[in-house]
Amino acid sequence: MENNNALYVALSLVLNLDATLYQIVILSLQVSLLAVLVAAVIGFPLGAAVALWRFPGRGGAIIALNAMMGLPPVVAGLTVYMLLSRAGPLGEWGLLFTPSAMVIAQVVLVLPILAALSRQKVEELLGEYQEQFISLNMSRSRMMPTLLWDARFALLTILLAGFGRASAEVGAVMMVGGNIEGVTRVMTTAIVLETSKGDLPLALGLGIVLLTLVMLVNAGAYVVGELTKRRMG
Amino acid sequence: MNRILSFVFASATTIGLAFNASASDFITLASTTSTENSGLFSGILPQFTSATGIQVRVVAVGTGQAFEIARRGDADSLLVHDTSGEQRFIENGFASERVDVMYNDFVLIGPADDPANVSAANSAADAFAAIADARAPFASRGDDSGTNRAELRFWKNAGIEPVGRWYRELGSGMGPTLNTAAAMDAYVISDRATWVAFKNRQNLTLLFEGDEVLFNQYGSLLLSEQKHPHLKHDLAKQWHNWLISEAGRQAIANFKVNGQQLFFPNAK
Repeated sequence: MENNNALYVALSLVLNLDATLYQIVILSLQVSLLAVLVAAVIGFPLGAAVALWRFPGRGGAIIALNAMMGLPPVVAGLTVYMLLSRAGPLGEWGLLFTPSAMVIAQVVLVLPILAALSRQKVEELLGEYQEQFISLNMSRSRMMPTLLWDARFALLTILLAGFGRASAEVGAVMMVGGNIEGVTRVMTTAIVLETSKGDLPLALGLGIVLLTLVMLVNAGAYVVGELTKRRMG
Repeated sequence: MNRILSFVFASATTIGLAFNASASDFITLASTTSTENSGLFSGILPQFTSATGIQVRVVAVGTGQAFEIARRGDADSLLVHDTSGEQRFIENGFASERVDVMYNDFVLIGPADDPANVSAANSAADAFAAIADARAPFASRGDDSGTNRAELRFWKNAGIEPVGRWYRELGSGMGPTLNTAAAMDAYVISDRATWVAFKNRQNLTLLFEGDEVLFNQYGSLLLSEQKHPHLKHDLAKQWHNWLISEAGRQAIANFKVNGQQLFFPNAK
């Protein structure tokens, strides 16, 4: 019975330093972290820009950003699949069933979260800072870096929300990655595969490993945030 | 700000570079969940790779989706189990050649107490008729896979149109369908390979087997060079030929789960 216990399976997977598991874990982290980085580079300035500038259709843009936070991963996956497929507009790139395709799909999923939440945070800050900015006669494009910098601790939390979405989803990476062993198999698709083989203890064990991993990333971010805050006084 | 940006780009490049670490000759093979879930590919691919230096990247999906992937030019090679579908694929110009590679068979699985008494059936048609008569729960893949297409043929052979609350279309792969059938004590048709390797059986057991209509033929297809000139046709051809070579047939025959041979090479 002991052998069927998911916690036991998870522990022995980790303690045995299983090479396949190690490779799957590394790929999962690479894909999701890179997706979050790319999404942040685009999403934070985008969110701040929507908060700062007034333009026609701004309300619609905000609604769209907020709504896209709920984009079903499998729809994101299907869209990216159609784009990257040889028969699709970007087929020439030959990216389907590669880790790059998985990054692209996750960027699509994470970007709206980062943009929508940072838009809200920056807009709040803007309310507080407005009078100082006016007295300094600061242009909007100069306000952006100041606001983003002062919002950095909130942005870190937003980044973690994005990472959570990326590392937890399975629909998109399954579709555009293909769950190829040793190439595009990540934690979530491995869990789906083991479930379909009926090896539920192993599937749950992998789930525990994934959860632990996400917790470690969050703990790391928390510690960095606290240390920085303390140093700033 | 610049420091942050350069850090971001530096990490992005580092992570990106790691992706290209394993650049070698490879083909993408669209195949079925039965071959992947049973472990066949992990059994035979290392032998092919060491003989040719070609890696095979398997995308395991239902047969319907595998055809679609190949039709769009997203796979270099195709190994599926729906002979009439495969012939249509050739007629439509998407593939140039098809060969028989191996077979296994479908088995009828159900709850051990067997309320429809299918274990007493004399033929697959009798067994399916018994399930329909008893209105016993039946879990169907319902996903246009090779197994699903075969199952619909079996109902047709039995002269039954499966409708009603007892007939449950799940729209899932073989493994998830077996998981669901185990949870609701339903009858289910499975390829033998997936069943033998399946671990979450609970109350399910093998009830009927052996009728030759349950024969499940796998075929390998060479994809069309005209439709998709960008594919790795040379490498795909080596794979296609290896499957039906002496070495390939040995590898398939030697693959066993729990001491049981699951696939029987029958290349002509």
